[in-house]
Order: sequence, then C-alpha cells, then structure tokens
Amino acid sequence: MAKGRIIIDIDRCKGCALCTNYCPVHILKLDDEHTNSRGYTPLMVTDPDKCIACAFCAIMCPDSVITVEKFIKEVNNG
Amino acid sequence: MDNVKTIYKKSEGLSDFNLSYCPGCTHGIIHKLVAETLVELDVLDRSIGISSVGCSALNYDFFSCDMVQAAHGRAPAVATGIKRVKPNTIIFTYQGDGDLASIGIAEAIHAAHRSENITIVFVNNAIYGMTGGQMAPTTLIGQKTTTSQGGRDAHIHGLPLRISEMMATIPGATYIERVSVHNPQHVQKAKKALKKAFTIQKENKGFTLIEFISTCPVNWGLTPKDAIDWAVENMIPYYPLGVYKDKTVGEES
Repeated sequence: MAKGRIIIDIDRCKGCALCTNYCPVHILKLDDEHTNSRGYTPLMVTDPDKCIACAFCAIMCPDSVITVEKFIKEVNNG
Repeated sequence: MDNVKTIYKKSEGLSDFNLSYCPGCTHGIIHKLVAETLVELDVLDRSIGISSVGCSALNYDFFSCDMVQAAHGRAPAVATGIKRVKPNTIIFTYQGDGDLASIGIAEAIHAAHRSENITIVFVNNAIYGMTGGQMAPTTLIGQKTTTSQGGRDAHIHGLPLRISEMMATIPGATYIERVSVHNPQHVQKAKKALKKAFTIQKENKGFTLIEFISTCPVNWGLTPKDAIDWAVENMIPYYPLGVYKDKTVGEES
C-alpha cells in the first residue's frame, strides 16, 4: 500500500534523471515511450504502490517538477 | 478513506518561468533553497535579489521577489547601494565562481570589509559555464577546460582559489559557510545554512556568504549524476564543507 504519491509536471521535466538515483525504493525512471512538449524524455513512476512519500526525488529535482502528497489515515475510534 | 497532505511542492518564491539551466544542473536546487528560505522567514515581499553575469544572469525571471541584474562581478556593489537606501529590505546576491571569484573579487572582499548587511549566495562549480567551459579561478589542478586543455597546471595558472577560507579572514564578515547539495541530507543542511545567513541579515548583524559546491554536467562532460559524484570525489576534498566563520557564536546562551 502506497504511503503517498508524487505528481509530476511532465512538461517542465528536463529528463536529467537526477531524482531516479535518490529514490530509496527505485520506482522512478525516464519514460522512453514519451516525449514532452519541450522535447525531453520525462520522468515516470514504475510502481506507484511502493512510494513511501520520502520526498527525496522532489528535494533533488532542480526544476521543481515533483509535488509530493502523503496519505494520512483517518483515526476511526467508532 | 485517506486524507491527503501535500508535503512538498514548488516554492512560492519561484516564478512560473522555466529555468534556463541545462538538465541536471544543481543551480535549480540552490534556487529552490533560496526561495524556500525567503518564504519560510516571511521576508519574500521585502526581498531584493541581485543577479550576476553567467548562467545565473537570467535568474531575475526565476525568483518571485524583486530582482536587479548587475554588471559582471558588481553585484555586491549594487547590493550595498540598495541596502543603504532601503535598509529594511533583505538583499541577496546570487553569483557564480566566474563572477565572484574572478572579476568581482574586489567588490566581494570590500563588501565584507565594510560589513555590509547583505547575503551572498556563491555557487562554485569550478568552471565558467555560460561562456562554454573556460578555466575559472576555482578550477581544480589537472581539470581540463577549453582554456586549459592539458589540465590546470599550478605553475602556469596558479592554485585554485578557496573563497570561503579567504573571506573568513576578513574581520568584517559575520558568517561564512561552505555547503553542498549532492544528496537530500546535504540539501537540508544547506537550507539551514541559508536560513542562518538570512536570519543574521534580518537581525542586522552583518555580512554573510554561503558557498555552494555545484556541478556543470555539460562542460564537465558528465551525466548529471556522474557530475555530482565527481564533485563529491574531487571538489569537496579541496573545498571542505563547514562553517568558516561565525561571529554570532557565544551571543546566544
């Protein structure tokens, strides 16, 4: 079960692949099948269920293309 | 049902412009840190940045605070003028090593000597990036550039200049630190350093300079990750990280 998710601003990504080296669960790679509007090969997530929402990818992204959201489980006492 | 909390998004301190830097250039990370720091200290609306000449020349478009573009190396002089006319502003200059360490070294040294209440963000990537990879004062011994094709030779070109160590000897400087952005942990450390520098300026305690070890994947001829590894292996041993001067130590108990 994913602990969070990342939202990638595909058209801003320059495909430098810096983030892919810092993902502790290795779920990031460049999407070889697509090209974004600026001509770069953008980032994709291979297995969203494994995301632990550590934000390492977002911290290392020079172009701020990654937004990280963490899932917070509601405490249900009822 | 899960609730969603955004834990990381693009800083409000950055504008909507696409950064003009090459893919994988750590300039972008340093921009984010400056923007996030200004937002977190709640000074973005009264901040004025001075952009330099070099790759960072166009960064007057990238920050969402007011920006001025200065002549080559003269950013600390422009910063001095603005700070003296508008003392309530937060002033930072954003300079590369070709700008600050070479043509602009006099301005930087004298701004420190006068203890001007400004913050210099100094980005050291050991090369002139924008003009095509020429040798800079900070280029390492043996490093090949377009103007040192056999590698930098100390007998011909002199030794690489250690800016933080040199600036730390100046009595007027308040806080000098060298940081790196080669992994998430060091990015957080670098942000702490920037926060400290801007806090010192906010409290009118004097001159601060934060030196960043940065990369130039294109002119070093390496992939972005290899460039970061090269910086860790070669630059950090010659340019050790750490605090070189902190006059605020001992003031707080």
